[in-house]
Amino acid sequence: MIKAILIFNNHGKPRLIRFYQYFAEDMQQQIIRETFHLVSKRDDNVCNFLEGGSLIGGSDYKLIYRHYATLYFVFCVDSSESELGILDLIQVFVETLDKCFENVCELDLIFHMDKVHYILQEVVMGGMVLETNMNEIVAQVENKISPSGGLSAAPARAVSAVKNMNLPEIPRNINIGDINIKVPSLSPF
Amino acid sequence: MSDVVEKTLTALPSLLSLDSQPGSAKLSSTSKLGNLIRGITELTSKHEEEKLIQRELTSIKDQVSSPNTSMRQMKELMVRAIYCEMLGYEASFSYIHAIKLAQQGSVLDKRVGYLAVSLFLNESHELLLLLVNTVLKDLQSTNLIEVCMALTVVSQMFPKDMIPAILPLVEDKLNHPKEIIRRKAVLALYKFYLIAPNQVQHIHNKFRKALCDKDPGVMTASLHIYLQLIKENSEGYKDLTASFVTILKQVVGGKLPMDFNYHSVPAPWLQIQLLRILSLLGKNDQSTSEIMYEVLDESLRRAEMNHNITYAILYECVKCIYTIQPKSELLEKAAKCIGNFVLSPKINLKYLGLKALTYVVQQDPKLALQHQMTIIECLDHPDLIIKRETLELLFRITNGQNVTVIVEKMLDFLRISKDDYTTIDLVGKVAELAEKYPFETMNTVFSLGGDMMQPDIPNSFLKLLSEGFDSDEEDRKLRLFAVDSYVSLLQSEPNKLPQRFLQVISWVLGEYSHLSAELEPATVMTLLSKLLDLKHTSSETKSWVLMAMTKLCEGGVAISVAQDIYETHSSSMDTVLRQRAQELQHLSQDSELYLMGGVDSSLSFLDGFVSEALAAGAAPYKPPHQRQEELAQAKALSLEPYSLSLPISMSSCSIADRQSPTLMSMSSGLSGDSTDLSHKGGSTTLKLDGVKRVWGREGYLAQREPVEETAQVEVPSPLRSPSQQAEADSTQSQTPTPTVTPELEQDKQQLASSLFVGLGSQSSVCLMGKSDPTPQRFRRKAQGRASSSGASEKTPTSLGSTPSPVDNLLCNSLLDSNLVSEPTNQTPQASQSLDTTNGNCHEELTDVKENNPSLIHNNEEPDKPKDLCLSSHLPTELSGLSHSEITPLCSNQSVNLSACHVQKEDSLQLVIFIFNSSDSALQQMQLQVDSGELKVNYCLSLITDSPVEEVRSHSVAVCHYSVTVKRPSVHVEVLGMLSYQLPGGTPQTIQFSHKLPLTTFIRPLTLSTEEYGSMWLAFSQDTKQNLTLINDDQDPLTTTLNVLKKKLQLHVVEIIGVEGIVACQLVQDQPCLMHCRVHAGTLAVWLRSPVPDLPDCLLYHCQRALQEH
Repeated sequence: MIKAILIFNNHGKPRLIRFYQYFAEDMQQQIIRETFHLVSKRDDNVCNFLEGGSLIGGSDYKLIYRHYATLYFVFCVDSSESELGILDLIQVFVETLDKCFENVCELDLIFHMDKVHYILQEVVMGGMVLETNMNEIVAQVENKISPSGGLSAAPARAVSAVKNMNLPEIPRNINIGDINIKVPSLSPF
Repeated sequence: MSDVVEKTLTALPSLLSLDSQPGSAKLSSTSKLGNLIRGITELTSKHEEEKLIQRELTSIKDQVSSPNTSMRQMKELMVRAIYCEMLGYEASFSYIHAIKLAQQGSVLDKRVGYLAVSLFLNESHELLLLLVNTVLKDLQSTNLIEVCMALTVVSQMFPKDMIPAILPLVEDKLNHPKEIIRRKAVLALYKFYLIAPNQVQHIHNKFRKALCDKDPGVMTASLHIYLQLIKENSEGYKDLTASFVTILKQVVGGKLPMDFNYHSVPAPWLQIQLLRILSLLGKNDQSTSEIMYEVLDESLRRAEMNHNITYAILYECVKCIYTIQPKSELLEKAAKCIGNFVLSPKINLKYLGLKALTYVVQQDPKLALQHQMTIIECLDHPDLIIKRETLELLFRITNGQNVTVIVEKMLDFLRISKDDYTTIDLVGKVAELAEKYPFETMNTVFSLGGDMMQPDIPNSFLKLLSEGFDSDEEDRKLRLFAVDSYVSLLQSEPNKLPQRFLQVISWVLGEYSHLSAELEPATVMTLLSKLLDLKHTSSETKSWVLMAMTKLCEGGVAISVAQDIYETHSSSMDTVLRQRAQELQHLSQDSELYLMGGVDSSLSFLDGFVSEALAAGAAPYKPPHQRQEELAQAKALSLEPYSLSLPISMSSCSIADRQSPTLMSMSSGLSGDSTDLSHKGGSTTLKLDGVKRVWGREGYLAQREPVEETAQVEVPSPLRSPSQQAEADSTQSQTPTPTVTPELEQDKQQLASSLFVGLGSQSSVCLMGKSDPTPQRFRRKAQGRASSSGASEKTPTSLGSTPSPVDNLLCNSLLDSNLVSEPTNQTPQASQSLDTTNGNCHEELTDVKENNPSLIHNNEEPDKPKDLCLSSHLPTELSGLSHSEITPLCSNQSVNLSACHVQKEDSLQLVIFIFNSSDSALQQMQLQVDSGELKVNYCLSLITDSPVEEVRSHSVAVCHYSVTVKRPSVHVEVLGMLSYQLPGGTPQTIQFSHKLPLTTFIRPLTLSTEEYGSMWLAFSQDTKQNLTLINDDQDPLTTTLNVLKKKLQLHVVEIIGVEGIVACQLVQDQPCLMHCRVHAGTLAVWLRSPVPDLPDCLLYHCQRALQEH
């Protein structure tokens, strides 16, 4: 089971926090801090798995993370999850974000926190992997954004129109090329 | 990387604050969230952030409670509240509004509301009850999105008590036409199962329906449930194995729609899930495992694409193959796979490879040997995680020979590790190793692990030190060593040592510093008193120190030191310290009191009082457990011993309580002499060893001792000379662990040989018995270098008619050994082909391998033919008796050793077969057998067809010993060494160990109830425990006792009502009595014997016997 999903930037500022197991508020903050502390001091060329936080679930608990430009995506899981499987799940999630936000960057995550949550809800539900097909995830999320409430997939253009209408704050006209999260095409392992 | 960060940060505020730009102007004017974020980004200190957020929260609070706020504004406010909560600021006032939003808003508002609720609240939050109605309504909604939202929030958190209210609705959703709804409903039900399993019990058949759903997505979701269910109870779902296998087969075969592919791998996550389920189902279950072999093979074959996710599948496959009942072909492939992982340059794969190795290494130590160089490289890997995983792996392969090197590596890591969790974990491991393989590195552990370690670690270390090992001499040495090293530690820099270590030091010094001749108590006292003056010494430590001093204060200087300490501490604020100081002062003043040795545990000063009371008609004292016993059996069999047993049970407690004359006279002399013997030394320590091997008036001890000295029996060998022996030893110790690539650095090889020593058969001590607990299972790994002894069915000369698969296997293993060039244990198969000789199977190797379709049969009856051929060599006087299975002990290129035993009434006959598999005769052969626990009485016969010290090529020599038990233990271990010489070669030695369960030494003891009663009183060692009762229809006690009788050869003396008495003896003449009573559905067993440890060991075997039944 996935216990928690944490996204924070290179400075440890949380960008998305989702716990699937209950922790008190201050405990949550402590977990975020400790996780950031553990993850941030690791080089980019070391392995993506970490054991050894003592906060969630003890020895049965692992951190699996990926680092994209300014953001860390960290999944805290127990032993019933496959390490490499989760690693690719993160990739699926990020690629989906990229699809939904068109060149996703940290700012998208800040300003559209709610939407990121909705996307995540379609990938992971209650700590279990629900869907791993990107198109399916996008279809589900976009469907629900459209106020009509129909489940038939809305055409992509209409979707982006809706998106722009609902979210006028997107600072699209500013050059944010540098802070894009690079979604690398999966390097073969 | 950091450039990008910098840019982001510098860009962010400017982006947001540049009003002149149209986009941001819009942003700043319309978006409150934008304002908030901009504000936060501009701030420099945590304090300012706090102030800003508090202001923000106040403004949100004002707005949410205002009636004029529109739903749309409300939505925006919620997002801001979520943002604040994410940063760690509580916005509890908004919770109720989030629920309201979920209740009232339109679909889009609802969604924000539900999101906020699921982020804000938890399962036990009281406000959640307000949501139940909303969820109910939405579940019934015709709008699919509302249904989806409700299911999502339910799977995130839902009050346990309210599950029944919505359960029928969620169940209905399993039949919903839309698959996404069905899928979410399945996961919601899974969540219910996790939090309240009994509430969804009735719908288990619906889970099955979900598993058979036409949509693969729903089926995938249901696997979550099944993984959990099977984890809890694998027996209940065996019938589904075939279904899971079929599903996996279809997935692997690409039968799913293309939509399910991920990087052209069909549904990888589904495959992973299925493999996990299969491994749980096939664990310890041959028939179930057999169903899945084919599909596992298929998965391994298909997953050869070079992508991350295929490795995930491969890894699960490998784990599954090693978890289920083994199949040699698959194991081979899996081993290769692990090799690929370990050797991969990708660090994630290396990590998983090490994990897999750690997982399999206990079953299959050879695999670690193959990769020893990689493992050594990983030890120096820059990634700490890899390093730690490597240490974990080494921890699993630790044995007596490599323990020092491994612990050294662990300690090196400990020195650089900054992380608490790792430190705790590693310290625990080192301590565990230190206990298993005691040695002085414990000091380093204490000083490095410091106060972080679990408190039971120092405790068990002290226990270890005080209880000691087998020989008193060794104990003394170890303690002396401890004292010396601690004194020197204290003399150098005591202020740097952690508290726990100081406590250990003071205890050891107090207890054992008298062992050191040149160490004056006064010196120790002074050293200890310095500790008291240290600033950082905690009061707990101080009281340890004071207690140690109390044990030491004797003689002139010590008294004055004690006086000083008393003066400083008598006014201490800590009452415990004050008390200790008082005691110290008193004891140092009153040397008579001091010499009394502290506590008079017999309470002899009360004797007068007791005898007066007894004379006045008071009942004698009974220990609590006995009183309970008597209460419980008020109506039952009144067996004489119990009413008299009081003094015995007193004397059986190990404290020195015999000084009391009154009590002794009361015990009517029954136990007098037996206990007196043990305390002649007047020792006041708590050592239990003092009462060893004393069992009664017969003076058994005196009989035994002379015999013990002759325990070491050698095969008579006139040709043996000390120089040869020495030579043999040296060749043996020089046997290097062969290396895979010769050009690797010297020191790495050295490290490798020191780390992996003991894993192969040619290492100096054969650890076969220990390191390979499942030889049966992994027999196919046995890569014998049987050189010329290899046999093949294809050679016409092999008329020995051994089963052909065996021969094939042998060839395979030959092939392996060529590849690996690692000498390893040769197990039964090799010895099986004893009589078949030769054959040029090398040329035919590949052929043979492919022509061998099913290797699994090899394991089924490998022992029989060999048994036949070896048992014909049994000594004539034993050949009529039934003998145990002939088990292989060890082997190398030229000899195979195997053993069996024959139970005779008064002893156990151990027979060792030496088979010479080389082409030339073995000369100057000597076999030494030794054991700490056994008395090897004499070598009865040595049967060879040639002169005693020679064994001709391809023939068998037999050594025959009669053994009895010296000191009982659960398994009695026999160590042996065979030395021999090939013509023209150097002397060689081969060592082996063989374990005999204690049960092979147990014989029935026939006696009458009266005899039983009187013997019961005379025995001092007792143990009590509750055993499981075999519950059949009528008489559980009789059934249980009969099982014990059959399995352990006990003699049932009598069964009266719910009680039964049983007797047996350990050969020779070491009786053990057992009293059983059925009590509250269990069998309360009380064992008594004159022999220490015998009751415990016997109890263990009784437990085993009943469990196996």
